[in-house]
Amino acid sequence: MKLDAKVPGGPLPEKWDKHRFELKLVNPANKKKYEIIVVGTGLAGGSASASLAELGYNVKTFCIQDSPRRAHSIAAQGGINAAKNYTNDGDSVWRLFYDTVKGGDFRSREANVYRLAQLSVNIIDQCVAQGVPFARDYGGLLANRSFGGAQVSRTFYARGQTGQQLLLGAYSAMMRQVANGKVKMFPRREMLDLVMVDGRARGIVVRNLITGEIECHAAHAVVMATGGYGNAFFLSTNAMGSNVTAAWRVHKKGALFANPCFTQIHPTCIPVHGDYQSKLTLMSESLRNDGRVWVPKKKGDKRSPDSIPESERFYYLEERYPSFGNLVPRDVASRNAKNVCDMGMGVSDTGLAVYLDFADAIKRDGRDTIHKKYGNLFQMYERIVGQNPYETPMMIYPAIHYAMGGLWVDYNLMSTIPGLFVLGEANFSDHGANRLGASALMQGLNDGYFVIPYTVGGYLAGMPLGEVKDSHPAFKDAVQEISTQVTKLLSIKGKRTVDDFHRELGRILWEYCGMARNEAGLLKAKQMIPELRQQFWENVTVTGSSGEFNQTLERAGRVADFLEFGELMLNDALNRKESCGCHYNEAYQTEDHEAKRDDENYCYVAAWEFQGVGKEPVLHKEPLAFENVHLATRSYK
Amino acid sequence: MSKTINLTLKVWRQPGSEAKGAFETYQAKDISTDMSFLEMLDVVNERLSVEGKDPIAFDHDCREGICGMCGSVVNGVPHGPQKATTLCQLHMRHFADRDTLVIEPWRSRAFKVIKDLAVDRSAFDQLIQTGGYISANTGAVPEANAILISQETAELAMDAAACIGCGACVAACPNASAMLFVGAKVSQLALLPQGRPEAAKRVQAMIRKMDELGFGACSNEAECEAVCPKEISITNIARLNRELIKAAFGSPF
Repeated sequence: MKLDAKVPGGPLPEKWDKHRFELKLVNPANKKKYEIIVVGTGLAGGSASASLAELGYNVKTFCIQDSPRRAHSIAAQGGINAAKNYTNDGDSVWRLFYDTVKGGDFRSREANVYRLAQLSVNIIDQCVAQGVPFARDYGGLLANRSFGGAQVSRTFYARGQTGQQLLLGAYSAMMRQVANGKVKMFPRREMLDLVMVDGRARGIVVRNLITGEIECHAAHAVVMATGGYGNAFFLSTNAMGSNVTAAWRVHKKGALFANPCFTQIHPTCIPVHGDYQSKLTLMSESLRNDGRVWVPKKKGDKRSPDSIPESERFYYLEERYPSFGNLVPRDVASRNAKNVCDMGMGVSDTGLAVYLDFADAIKRDGRDTIHKKYGNLFQMYERIVGQNPYETPMMIYPAIHYAMGGLWVDYNLMSTIPGLFVLGEANFSDHGANRLGASALMQGLNDGYFVIPYTVGGYLAGMPLGEVKDSHPAFKDAVQEISTQVTKLLSIKGKRTVDDFHRELGRILWEYCGMARNEAGLLKAKQMIPELRQQFWENVTVTGSSGEFNQTLERAGRVADFLEFGELMLNDALNRKESCGCHYNEAYQTEDHEAKRDDENYCYVAAWEFQGVGKEPVLHKEPLAFENVHLATRSYK
Repeated sequence: MSKTINLTLKVWRQPGSEAKGAFETYQAKDISTDMSFLEMLDVVNERLSVEGKDPIAFDHDCREGICGMCGSVVNGVPHGPQKATTLCQLHMRHFADRDTLVIEPWRSRAFKVIKDLAVDRSAFDQLIQTGGYISANTGAVPEANAILISQETAELAMDAAACIGCGACVAACPNASAMLFVGAKVSQLALLPQGRPEAAKRVQAMIRKMDELGFGACSNEAECEAVCPKEISITNIARLNRELIKAAFGSPF
């Protein structure tokens, strides 16, 4: 299989315009003849559903939650980037593009990233028009802040709830189309398979999570916006329901999976405190704008933080990275936290935490100012940990947060299966090996509002598609396969719970495929996961029946897929014999312990083709050509 | 410091929306006070699963207090005893050893029980569909800074927009009214200049729909504000009423 990214020719700034012109259009009167399925209602799926419906397509939208407004985009706190240059501080489309490519450690596709930066300005316009209450300056103009390793202020925000407000904007636009009859909403449905006819995506099979019924839905194209796979690690900042099932099942149907070992580990999360823990909570990294990160210089120092004098504190980010200080990108901040904890300087009972201290900021700006900026975050911390961050430093530790890897897509966001499009976190294309802060919201909305409405049209207009109904035999086969799996899960009646298996899988991946990796560990994990998978299919217990609201059964199906997917992450990490962004292989580091890329041999997207469970997948490479930026060593010193 | 406590739970169990429900008693032993309320339920469910019994069904997703999917009535109070806190963010350190907790689903004619503690809140989506939006098609919008909004107005709109749609307001209201939910959305959009063109139509349509869906009317009990995890103020209900009066006078019919 030769991967064709279909990147249009011509100079970078003109590619998207040129491409939009070259894409065929669907006649306005014909749009209503097409059915499009959208799976997932986060920023990407919500905005895509609304925009496609506005154009006149008939959209069927599915989500696993009780309402489309719950998708996990809602939890994004910090903000959304856009190259508006409202602050006159040197920003431009080119700079946002460059920062994103560099931040991704040169493992993303140049043309996609440039388009993202270009369209970023339209996103803000759209959201303001929808009534998103962004923060404003006294004069009534939009306010900006600098965020997550950027040296310009280009981040727009709505308190610490930017994701919520943007999602509710997309959701309300979509609800308007539900009222219009152009979007048909199917909540509490889980996509369990893709149906292909003549090699094209022509529908999906879902389980109705209330009745347990397996339902078939045919369409002319399928758009997946099903989010990331971070929950493979069990503990992550993802929502409990976030999963890889839809993505994994289309992968098994032939869609290539790209860069699965690229998982972002967010530096500012509340540390793990017990085995019963169900998830990790992220504290917005905007906190790093004013908080100073430190650990005691003395190993195993058990004194309370306020009794440790200044001279005995190690402000490791400020010392190691004088120009970026506490604002280094996420991967660098996370790795350094692990490093000082590995050296024995970590704090808290577990030794797996560092301080994030606001004492200086409070002294400088006053408690009121800090309260205004971070009040809700401080409150959230206190609620969970039971300590007051105005009085004592926060304790933080890195946690799994975002999946840069995902289904492989071309410039049109189409996967290797014709007619199957993948948006947002579920695809791989824009963030390379590390995502910058405030860029996920930008990408989700960019894909949904401004890319897919054009590229779906181009696909549909480009070829005549025969009629496919949900009674087509291809649906019957998929339903049969799903029913068999469900019956099997319910019949094992073993001794271990689904969560117990999930937790163990998470521990393996975190230990051997987490913040630092090495060949021996990855190989060991590659032994362990198939064993665990076998135990799962022999000894899991799933109570209840298939024809009812059965949350254990839902989780069992997802964990079964994580148990297969985990192995692909290991294969990808083993293959990439370099360090880049979040993928830090200890064998490839500079003298300062920074990631050492190998551009000669690994400047490519690793796209994997499924061969069968437990079988070695086949690697396809999409070479990454950087024609407009210089492949530099990423330095934040 | 964390310690462990033992609790008695009386949980509403109902196999399906048409089935009859009843309280069942469970012992929650060795519960760490660092756990969240939902983690405590996880522990109880893990034990039930190992015993081959049906775990307690409850809705939840983000577990950081923002998705609005979780929520149960704990000892008579939606989302439990801690102010401005969703159930997923309520931690067990707020309970004492040997406490008895009565856990029930939201109860309202408009929210049917699906199973145990999980309810159907799609009525909220239907309310938004009748006008909880600004009609602005993708692409057809002015430059963002062409619309000036004073900081004060933006903050008030944000206060209202913070609603997570969990439904606690309905569960707390003696009339099972959705006025706080509707008031918050009407306020957010009425405060902003972008929302003014449709303000009159919006408020009338949403109120009509609210009645139609079986939600009660507001009688100023203010229970909704007291339990709202996002502290949405009832001044939003007052603003809704003003909008409704304005709409009536401004109506050409």
